[in-house]
Amino acid sequence: MKVLTRIGFWLLVAAIGLFSIFPFYYAVISSLRSGADLFSVAYLPERLDFSNYVAVFERQPFGTNIVNSVIVAASVVALSLALGITAAYAFGRIRFRGRSLLLMTILAVSMFPQVAVLSGMFELIRSFGLYNTLPGLILANLMLTLPFTVWVLTTFMRELPKEIEEAAFVDGATPWIVVRRIFLPLMMPAAVTTGLLAFIVAWNEFLFALTFTLTNERRTVPPAIALMSGSTAYELPWGTIMAASVIVTLPIIALVLVFQRKIVAGLTAGAVKG
Amino acid sequence: MSGAALQASAPARETMRGGRSSLTRSRVRAAWIFIAPTLIVLILIAGWPLARTIWFSFTDASLNSLADYQFIGFENYVANYDGEWFGLLTDPDWWHSVWNTVWFTAISVSIETVLGTIVALILNASFPGRGIMRAVILIPWAIPTVVSARMWNWMLHDQFGVINDMLLRLGLIAAPITWTASPDTALWTVVMVDVWKTTPFMALLILAALQMLPGDIYEAAKVDGVHPVKVFFRVTLPLIKPALLVAVIFRALDALRVFDLIYVLTANSRDTMSMSVFARQQLVDFQEVGLGSAASTLIFLIIALLVVITMVAGQVRLSGEVR
Repeated sequence: MKVLTRIGFWLLVAAIGLFSIFPFYYAVISSLRSGADLFSVAYLPERLDFSNYVAVFERQPFGTNIVNSVIVAASVVALSLALGITAAYAFGRIRFRGRSLLLMTILAVSMFPQVAVLSGMFELIRSFGLYNTLPGLILANLMLTLPFTVWVLTTFMRELPKEIEEAAFVDGATPWIVVRRIFLPLMMPAAVTTGLLAFIVAWNEFLFALTFTLTNERRTVPPAIALMSGSTAYELPWGTIMAASVIVTLPIIALVLVFQRKIVAGLTAGAVKG
Repeated sequence: MSGAALQASAPARETMRGGRSSLTRSRVRAAWIFIAPTLIVLILIAGWPLARTIWFSFTDASLNSLADYQFIGFENYVANYDGEWFGLLTDPDWWHSVWNTVWFTAISVSIETVLGTIVALILNASFPGRGIMRAVILIPWAIPTVVSARMWNWMLHDQFGVINDMLLRLGLIAAPITWTASPDTALWTVVMVDVWKTTPFMALLILAALQMLPGDIYEAAKVDGVHPVKVFFRVTLPLIKPALLVAVIFRALDALRVFDLIYVLTANSRDTMSMSVFARQQLVDFQEVGLGSAASTLIFLIIALLVVITMVAGQVRLSGEVR
């Protein structure tokens, strides 16, 4: 009986692992096959054919798309953290009237459906002359990352012991100096966690990127992959699409494997959306 | 931003020498200065666009001439011309998308909760390789939704897909299934991919709750020889219920907004269209900013109502957290 339970347990573990990994594994295998090979199913790699990886950069500006995604995601992370840490200091360390209400309002923004701001955001971005530009996307993405950045950082900030800044204030330091000299170093681990989450959100964002860009050269990776098409609508270049998918997923998987603990801590601290 | 804060800190330094109460006052002022940039940005990119969307829903604006529109009251929602009803609330396609979204949310979140709990219980047991497993189940969550939709599109391909191939080999089906195109399977397919992608998130939230449970109750139950299943339903489940509820609510709010997955997996198909896909189609593809904004406003109201209900119901705990 005990042996059966153990076998059952390990089968379950294996099933979960297989179910989690298989789609990515299959994408890798498919990306290494091309032409008529793709019209038969293979479970194991036969030979390494990198022509799809060459094609993805030759047939469309996929290199530019990746650079766009990196610029947008990095800027969103930098801006969210800069704004988030200063705001989190105020929310987490200073008592003032309306604090809870304000924090709740900011949290409520992270519940906004993206589509609810779509027409207003479109108008805003066009009136700033930012339609089909990267700054437009950066601005729009802040709506998704800033609320939870403030929320999670506030949670972390509140857990730091009170004595830390009291000594500094007695010595006559200003709040700004306290934030910069004392809290910024202490908040580094929390900032890394939140920054990672913000990066993943911005890297994966699709609806704004699809709506606020027009030309292929200005697209970030998600709309570029979603709109990848072949010579006809019925003949999708699956090998190339899988190659592109593997290229953009690898860095994210690397991040997740390296920073697993930090990401989990951030997710559970703020219980932010996935 | 730093310039403004520095300027403000100069007079703040003066008052700080004045004693405790002025110190408090200057800190409160600093708090507002620190919060101001975030507030301004959020009002600009969230508050204002939302207000404009609601305003557009009462107009006949179109996408190519956004500045040139007229106020038409509630006509985007419901209108009557010569005895015939028009508007969103009389549009069967809109109600179909509402039904799809609610169905999708209910089914996928239920499955994810059950599977997430099972995965969390497994990861809570100690076995060699647990750390690796915890990283592995994060992979589906981290893959961009668009990419996972494309991967599954390929796996579910009706002619060359690996899923049909597996099922045929195992003799479970007699002929290939057109997963994403057939009305009978399309929405179930969307649910399946969503379950694959979001169960890890559920599992991690539940796992965090499990790890905070005191170990001695389990010792006691073990000593008394209580069956593990009974322990789960009588002890574990009631204890993790608050965390479970939070996870379910977060997931449900997310699922009600679903866009990427359905848009990429099944395009603008009526069988699977969610509220968000419907609204975007009106807005962008049909250029009907008025009608699309009306749909967006309704989606916002539905979700806002749910958030308010949740917040009122969970007020005690949330306010405890804020303090």
